[in-house]
Amino acid sequence: MDLFEHQAKELFADYGIPVPRGIVAHTVEEVRAAAEQLTGRVVVKAQVKTGGRGKAGGVKVADDAADAVTKAEAILGMDIKGHTVHKVLVEEASAIAEEYYFSFLLDRANRTFLAICSASGGMDIEEVAHTTPEKVAKVPVSALTGVDRAKGREIAQAGGLPEKALDGAAELIEKLWCCFVDEDATLVEVNPMILSADGQVKALDGKVTLDDNAGFRQADHEALADKAAEDPLEAKAKEKDLNYVKLDGNVGIIGNGAGLVMSTLDVVAYAGEEFPGKPSPANFLDIGGGASAEVMAAGLEIILSDPSVKSIFVNVFGGITACDAVANGIVSAFKLLESRGEAVSHPLVVRLDGNNAQLGRQILADAALPRVELVDTMDEAAKRAAELAAVGA
Amino acid sequence: MAIWLTENSKIIVQGMTGGEGTKHTRRMLASGAKVVGGVNARKAGTTHEGLPVFGTVKEAMEKTGADVSVVFVPPAFTKDAVKEAIDAEIPLCVVITEGVPVHDSTEFWAYAVEKGNKTRIIGPNCPGIASPGASNAGIIPADITTAGRIGLVSKSGTLTYQLMYELRDFGFSTAVGIGGDPVIGTTHIDALQAFQDDPDTDAIVMIGEIGGDAEERAAAYVEQHITKPVVAYVAGFTAPEGKTMGHAGAIVSGSAGTAQAKKEALEKVGVRVGKTPSETARLMREIMQAR
Repeated sequence: MDLFEHQAKELFADYGIPVPRGIVAHTVEEVRAAAEQLTGRVVVKAQVKTGGRGKAGGVKVADDAADAVTKAEAILGMDIKGHTVHKVLVEEASAIAEEYYFSFLLDRANRTFLAICSASGGMDIEEVAHTTPEKVAKVPVSALTGVDRAKGREIAQAGGLPEKALDGAAELIEKLWCCFVDEDATLVEVNPMILSADGQVKALDGKVTLDDNAGFRQADHEALADKAAEDPLEAKAKEKDLNYVKLDGNVGIIGNGAGLVMSTLDVVAYAGEEFPGKPSPANFLDIGGGASAEVMAAGLEIILSDPSVKSIFVNVFGGITACDAVANGIVSAFKLLESRGEAVSHPLVVRLDGNNAQLGRQILADAALPRVELVDTMDEAAKRAAELAAVGA
Repeated sequence: MAIWLTENSKIIVQGMTGGEGTKHTRRMLASGAKVVGGVNARKAGTTHEGLPVFGTVKEAMEKTGADVSVVFVPPAFTKDAVKEAIDAEIPLCVVITEGVPVHDSTEFWAYAVEKGNKTRIIGPNCPGIASPGASNAGIIPADITTAGRIGLVSKSGTLTYQLMYELRDFGFSTAVGIGGDPVIGTTHIDALQAFQDDPDTDAIVMIGEIGGDAEERAAAYVEQHITKPVVAYVAGFTAPEGKTMGHAGAIVSGSAGTAQAKKEALEKVGVRVGKTPSETARLMREIMQAR
């Protein structure tokens, strides 16, 4: 889960990292009130979970409350890389002497953590990293030893920070490491990390990604989720513990195992290219190894409530759970939905392979469910599901 | 012969007394794998599924001669379970558990490295390893296929089963599910080298998916070190950017980690990449039939 800048800074502040005073505002009235409450010039910053806000015009300095309102009118509602700005952070403007870059992240390739530090921070850090990589220090950090004040100083020095900033930077880096570890983050980025005119090292921006797998020991993290931005179907699926991602197409997909479902999306998209309107997957849904009747019913229910779905493809490889159990799950799911007055009205293409596939196919054939078709191979089934979506479109 | 897991492997199960542990211990035993005991500190001295339960991995190894551990403990306890296996210096530790925080897997990996990599870790979030006809450590269905001369390494469980099924008439030396998490113990590269060195493996199927650059690095490795034929499949061509697709590691970030980039990297070094699982199987079929 990615956080908004203001959430990241609130988290930083909890760890004693200096951040500018700021207030979140959703309307121009709130912006005015915030600017009046703060001291001096303010910065109005679009709160969207994407980079390049500054270049897109989503960050503006305002001289007073009236000016802040003018700036906020332009920023609120603007679109930045497909993200609509619903709120801004109104922050006291800092007197910036120098801008640096700092982050801790997970280095997947080397299976360790990495500190990245540069004296050339700010909006153009990607460009700096590309053209003058020697100005960007990448220091591996062991999960066993971590980062203390001395190590923080070493990293800041490696990044080429000047002597006058080293103490402040070392302290900030040490605290940021605590935040990174204690919050189960996979990224904490401060760009720019600034040296203010009065010699303080501060986090002027903040970007944080949290590990969803750590939810069981990070009870506070759920409250950080952006419920408003969540797709309603994804939110509903999450409540039912389903692994679901909403996509743009019209072929509903149910499968078992993340890899097989990803593969199913690809195969359906390829097959769809041959049909009018190019049908493509409406969703990713992995019902897991178990594939019980209840999970199958819950999955079908979510997919049927998606108005763009025209056909459904159930693609299951019977491994641990044999295909007869999966077939029984489909039959029970149909009955369950029918009893709730939500009978399945879409064409459903089912492909069963693997353990007890024959038995599973027989169960489905005997049940003679309306609009259910059995197809032997994944490729043929994908083609049929795409065809049915094209017809139904 | 096979890689890492043979008919002589003696397996213990960490978390054997739990629901998943019990279920899969039974399945492993039914497949003929030599499961010799379990580990649960609170139930030490008892028996479960007819097998002795030990207090520690070390004790289980001393009493049974076990050289493989399969971990089914819940995510909150996985780090400690794996570190215990590393301390005991068990040669192979297969971590099935899904949902392990990445700070924990990064820590136990660092711990394994610090202790000299005496324990090979497979996983976490993986289906395990199976050498058909010889042994089975994890949750890969034992009856898909029989012993043969194809080696398989995959990030995905069900795609592993799918390919084993499509190529069941040829059979497999070993199939290794390395897992779909961002940080894993055994990589595509480790498995590729082991299959290269295995006299009983003729050709290798490699299955990857979006996220990270493991497939790109594997491609570079194939070019330098692998002379046996390799056929690959990559899942997730149509996955949207920034969305985690089921596996914690399966995410396209900006332009990094795309299936297209992985496919191109593999094809550049002469690896044939199937567009679908069945096409991948067909490519391997051609190789095996030509032998």
